[in-house]
Amino acid sequence: MWASINELKEKIHAGSSEEVVAEYLERIGRSKLNAFISTSGESAISRAKEIDANDIEGPLAGIPVAIKDNISTRCIQTTCASNILKGYVPPYDAHVIERLKKAGAVIIGKTNMDEFAMGTSTETSFYGATKNPWDMERVPGGSSGGSAAAVAGGEAPIALGSDTGGSVRCPASFCGVVGLKPTYGVISRYGLIAYANSLEQIGPFATSVRDVTTLFDVVAGYDPRDSTSVDKEVNYSSSLENNVKGLRIGVPEEYFGEGTDEKVEKAVRDSINTLEELGAKTTTVKMPHTKYALAAYYIIAMSEASSNLARFDGMRYGLRTEDSDWHTTFSQVRASGFGDEVKRRILLGTYALSAGYHDKYYLKALKVRTLIKQDFERAFKDVDVLITPTMPYPAFKLGEKIDDPISLYLADVDTVPINLAGVPSISVPCGFSGGLPIGLQIIGKHFDEATILRAAYTFEENTDFHTKRPEGM
Amino acid sequence: MYDNPDGVMIGLEVHVQLNKLKTKVFCGCVTDYHNDPPNSHVCPVCLGLPGSMPVINKKAVEAAIKIGLALNCKVEEHTQFYRKNYYYPDLPKGFQITQYDFPISSGGYVMIEGEDGELRVGITRAHMEEDPGRLVHEGTIDKSKYTLIDYNRSGMALIEIVSDPDMRSPKEARRYLDKLRNIVGYLDVFDGNLEGAMRVDANISIMGGQRAEIKNISSFKGAERALLFEIVRQKNVLRRGGVVVQETRHFDEAREITLSMRTKEEAHDYRYFPEPDLVPLKISGWAPAIKETLPELPDARRMRFVEQYGIKDDHAKALTSELKLAIFYEDVAKKADPKTAAVWVCDVLKGELNYRDLTVEAFKKEHMLSVLELLAGRKITEDGAVDIIRTLLDKGGSPEEIIKEKGLVIVAGDIVETAALEAIVENPQAAADYQAGKVKALNSLVGVVMKKTKGGADARKVREVLIAILSDGFYPPIEREKIEKTIIKIGDVMVEVSKPIANLLKKMGYV
Ligand SMILES: [Zn+2]
Repeated sequence: MWASINELKEKIHAGSSEEVVAEYLERIGRSKLNAFISTSGESAISRAKEIDANDIEGPLAGIPVAIKDNISTRCIQTTCASNILKGYVPPYDAHVIERLKKAGAVIIGKTNMDEFAMGTSTETSFYGATKNPWDMERVPGGSSGGSAAAVAGGEAPIALGSDTGGSVRCPASFCGVVGLKPTYGVISRYGLIAYANSLEQIGPFATSVRDVTTLFDVVAGYDPRDSTSVDKEVNYSSSLENNVKGLRIGVPEEYFGEGTDEKVEKAVRDSINTLEELGAKTTTVKMPHTKYALAAYYIIAMSEASSNLARFDGMRYGLRTEDSDWHTTFSQVRASGFGDEVKRRILLGTYALSAGYHDKYYLKALKVRTLIKQDFERAFKDVDVLITPTMPYPAFKLGEKIDDPISLYLADVDTVPINLAGVPSISVPCGFSGGLPIGLQIIGKHFDEATILRAAYTFEENTDFHTKRPEGM
Repeated sequence: MYDNPDGVMIGLEVHVQLNKLKTKVFCGCVTDYHNDPPNSHVCPVCLGLPGSMPVINKKAVEAAIKIGLALNCKVEEHTQFYRKNYYYPDLPKGFQITQYDFPISSGGYVMIEGEDGELRVGITRAHMEEDPGRLVHEGTIDKSKYTLIDYNRSGMALIEIVSDPDMRSPKEARRYLDKLRNIVGYLDVFDGNLEGAMRVDANISIMGGQRAEIKNISSFKGAERALLFEIVRQKNVLRRGGVVVQETRHFDEAREITLSMRTKEEAHDYRYFPEPDLVPLKISGWAPAIKETLPELPDARRMRFVEQYGIKDDHAKALTSELKLAIFYEDVAKKADPKTAAVWVCDVLKGELNYRDLTVEAFKKEHMLSVLELLAGRKITEDGAVDIIRTLLDKGGSPEEIIKEKGLVIVAGDIVETAALEAIVENPQAAADYQAGKVKALNSLVGVVMKKTKGGADARKVREVLIAILSDGFYPPIEREKIEKTIIKIGDVMVEVSKPIANLLKKMGYV
């Protein structure tokens, strides 16, 4: 039931895309993971038929793909896992969706997530939590938990998520799949419903580095509708190589700090040894401002979010309460439409930007952001990649942290600095702790996805963690 | 020297809509929505749909730089967009993309005619922002059961021009506004005649007190009225021993008063921060090339008109108050006498246009030229010329047609003369009465001649001719003593005329 893109292509060649798509839809239909908010059954089948009938070609011809529910899809409901966008059907496709359609991919559904991507566990979804395929009592990570769980649970071969502070890498780590957060600007954000514009990127999920790379190649590339998009076409699939000879690895000790699970630390250090044995060289690097990253990240993200989410007033789309005057309707829609975590972040962000606090919080956070960028620039003078744990611990239990926002925020300690710096980073499976997957984070220089993909691919080719599958799916 | 007795300080914030750009400021929607149904010029970006992103319209930035340069501002090295966060139903994103730190341009000035000669009004800054949508009420605001929103206007490029508080009277404020419209109009970036093309907020304080901000001013006249009211109001507050508080006031156009807006609505904290979806723009390199394209601005053109065409400064000022009028005049002045052209374009045509609320585009240059030509050739009278201009504006046609139809052509001198003689012959008593000293008797003769020439003769000239015939005996008037006079009998009346006239009358068979 888990299949690579190439295996599926053979299957489509021998049979049809329709069969493949139907099989996935059927599996989603009887799933207990709650990985999807909505499925696009009929339109997916008819698209598959169309591809079969017309022999449509493309790197993803006939391949099913799952899309995080904060990426706009024309004619398919897009909710951001929020009540406030219930019933909102975008009239346009995000840039990545246009590219996927052009590549022949078949969108099978929209995946669950933390409401407006605000969370680390996919528990803040209005549509219920997603479960971790490795342990149904545990969280899949977040915020792209639905996409990661779908891929890990065999409900989609590939999926797109978005990563604002770790939202692709965290669930990839917790669910034992591969997830990439590309360099800021490599994938157009046009159509991605913004949580924190200056930090986030759309990122691919798959069960292997090769498939992540294939999906990345399809969705990345210049888009004039996103002013932060970089004019750079991407083709990494053809240059994936099982070779890390001479690769200079930096290990920032700040990422193995207090709160890091022993087994996680051991798995990551073992992995670094594996790469050394394959010819890489390791040095310790210092990233002194890492400890300020979480605070800076949350202030910037919440500030931007408080403004981004101002547009949801029930006037033009989404949730609408009984008509009253504008102020009343507006207040009612937002009171009943947003969940607690979203409200918390809007309030905190509004506070951080308000007169009298703006300099103390928002401006200071921007200064820290600059210092963190400089940490990375300095480190990358001497090394090609940085390796750290993706998450300090494996998946926790559903409900375990949901009432303790601070401890949830702390879980992002190893992923947020990467978004502040805008550099690329990939999480690959590198071990298990109590039967739960552990993620290895490989961080690269700006626009040097090639090197981290090569390191991750080499690691994968020489280990078998990524071939392990959860039981009972 | 104007001593500004009330210590009035006025600063204005003027929003100019760049309605001549083809597309909106952050999306590709076309801007000529004025005749189209509501919400027909919209897209995910200007509707603020989730996931949409703004992309800066380079042409809008160029226009903004142009305006900055025309207002003598310094164009910044780089410019950045900010979000101004506030909730209002016409604002689809819950924030407005505008500028805060790093505006496009700042530190300029405009020269106006002040209370006591030329006044320099400082320009604090000129920056870009997006226009919100438009609220439409069924009937009046207070009676409407619901509000409709038209997003056609949403995302139109605006330039906000903020002045220093340099104006000392409502009149100066009005002149500043006229001057601003004049300058910006020259840049071909906006059409001042379209609805909402220019909007004004005014700040005013007196006697060094706190300032009131007046919003909702929809016309220049309104601005003047609002400021006049506000001075009286603030003076009354001070006279009663009160203190003028800093507040936002709403101008009630119908009642011509300003009203305090509730402080609750006013207590805005806009939480400005840089728009993360728009990268900072480096514009320092743009300015020199744009400067090259700047047209000759009103003040320069006014001076040149006086110098080049020898016309009065008043005329030059009026003619340059609007780019189209200036171009119209100059085209005419090149082919006709510039001074006469100035009089006819400025004093006559402009007045007739204003009266009809028309722009100079409603009148053809060729028509102005033929009117001037006809006048110069004494083919029509001045009254006839005015009649032609009015008829052209009201009914159209061509000057030639109108002349023919109305018989406006000046009846040539000899025809007037013949008519005058006929009039004398037919009314010998009136002629004799005039010669006997009854000056009023001439009027009836003038009336007869006018009737005979169907009004085509110039009444003054008819008078001249009649007087000449009756007193000097001939036309044109010549020295009396050189003429041999004779008395002829017309009917029963004896009339003294010169011999040539007598001969002429005999030839005509009257005597
Ligand atoms: Zn638009």
